[in-house]
Amino acid sequence: MNKALDFYYSSIGKKVLMSVTGLFLIVFLTEHLIGNLLLFAGDEGKMYEAYGDFLVSNPVIRFIELFMFLGIFVHIIIGVILWFKNRKTRSVKYKLFRLKDNATLASRTTIISGLVIGIFLYIHLTTFFFPLRYSDEKSGAYELVVNAFSDFWYVIFYLAALFVIAYHLHHGFQSAFQTLGLRNKKYAPVLDIIAFFVWCLIPLGFAAIPIYFFFFHGSGATVIMWGF
Amino acid sequence: MNFTLKIWRQKNQKDEGRFETYEVKNISPDASFLEMLDILNNQLVLENCDPVAFDHDCREGICGSCGMMINGRAHGKGRKQATCDVRMRSFTDGETITVEPWRANPFPVIKDLIVDRSAFDRIMQAGGFISVRTGSAPDANSIPVCKDNAEEAMDAAACIGCGACVAACPNSSAMLFVAAKVSQLALLPQGQPERKERVQRMITQMDKEGFGNCSNNYACEAECPKGISVMHIARLNREFLTAKLT
Repeated sequence: MNKALDFYYSSIGKKVLMSVTGLFLIVFLTEHLIGNLLLFAGDEGKMYEAYGDFLVSNPVIRFIELFMFLGIFVHIIIGVILWFKNRKTRSVKYKLFRLKDNATLASRTTIISGLVIGIFLYIHLTTFFFPLRYSDEKSGAYELVVNAFSDFWYVIFYLAALFVIAYHLHHGFQSAFQTLGLRNKKYAPVLDIIAFFVWCLIPLGFAAIPIYFFFFHGSGATVIMWGF
Repeated sequence: MNFTLKIWRQKNQKDEGRFETYEVKNISPDASFLEMLDILNNQLVLENCDPVAFDHDCREGICGSCGMMINGRAHGKGRKQATCDVRMRSFTDGETITVEPWRANPFPVIKDLIVDRSAFDRIMQAGGFISVRTGSAPDANSIPVCKDNAEEAMDAAACIGCGACVAACPNSSAMLFVAAKVSQLALLPQGQPERKERVQRMITQMDKEGFGNCSNNYACEAECPKGISVMHIARLNREFLTAKLT
């Protein structure tokens, strides 16, 4: 027990927790995207609904879901703790500090992008997850998606949030491997390629959903009819 | 060349400190930054003022004493150079140059631009050494070392402990320094007996000194006068995890 506490109190220990939870959430995100691609099956959501029923009724998935929420919680809490601790290491600030010459915007703003994602997550859960899981009126998941993405501003909000997620992943993915000691000169280029898939293609895949539903099922269909 | 200098002046650790503005004229473009400060100090002495205190020793980029923040950048805006390597021709004539000491709580200001970097010494004392039999020097080549490892260890050993990594880090993290020291010994056969113990003790001391947590934005590598790679930080993390988990 003492050893585990020592590990947590060390600077690297907390970062390892950030990395492990972050990578776990990326695995979840990948699974979430693959599942959501069923929305494009063109069968008015039959397969998508079946997939949703499977997720809700499967006890193993329900168990993993608990871990996912725990992962999100730990990632946020430790991220905020580290940010506060790091702010305290320089009581007298520089008059001039050109950090932007040396570090990417994504790496300097993970706390901000993280908080934005937190807000997005809350809205996302209240739109889809909670109504489907806890409300008595079981509205169909497919119908919910169609309705949500027929609103222009909701689609814009989604796309903006996905852009922020891409930014967060741009730094977070490779950073997790660095913290876990899994980066070296030999594998760093391979990791950079995988990182591109993660930070660019996953958010792009998710972005396709609101765009598709807005233009083909929602109010965007009128825009198409006008010859836009 | 003429310059306006805004230099941090602080009498001692307890003094609050403030910026003071000085003018220097007719500086040769080939003068080093430290020579320019020498000229300013001559001027100040003639005016019966207290000269600006700054650390310096070798003036050829290998001792790591002369660290200072020049216009918001550790050792100035150039890459892979210590302050003594900075030439005045890299500034524009008439430029206002802001000069500050390293700022990090584990590096308290002693006077003006001089900071106390003994936190690094205490990290080294915690584990940055190998235990060897004293007596006559061992025969050369008695312990074979793979060429790649020797190269990598030498790259890490290039660290001069100047503290630019801490100064340039938004979190005042000393990970690049500790990583260089741990890497250097972990890669060589001589470092093996204390390998696991070393990394844990050095990290514990690093945390105790109050350095921040690395957020992998790699500003340290960008500002390191010796170009120490952040891959050594990955190795440090690996060493620490292996030591803790096995």
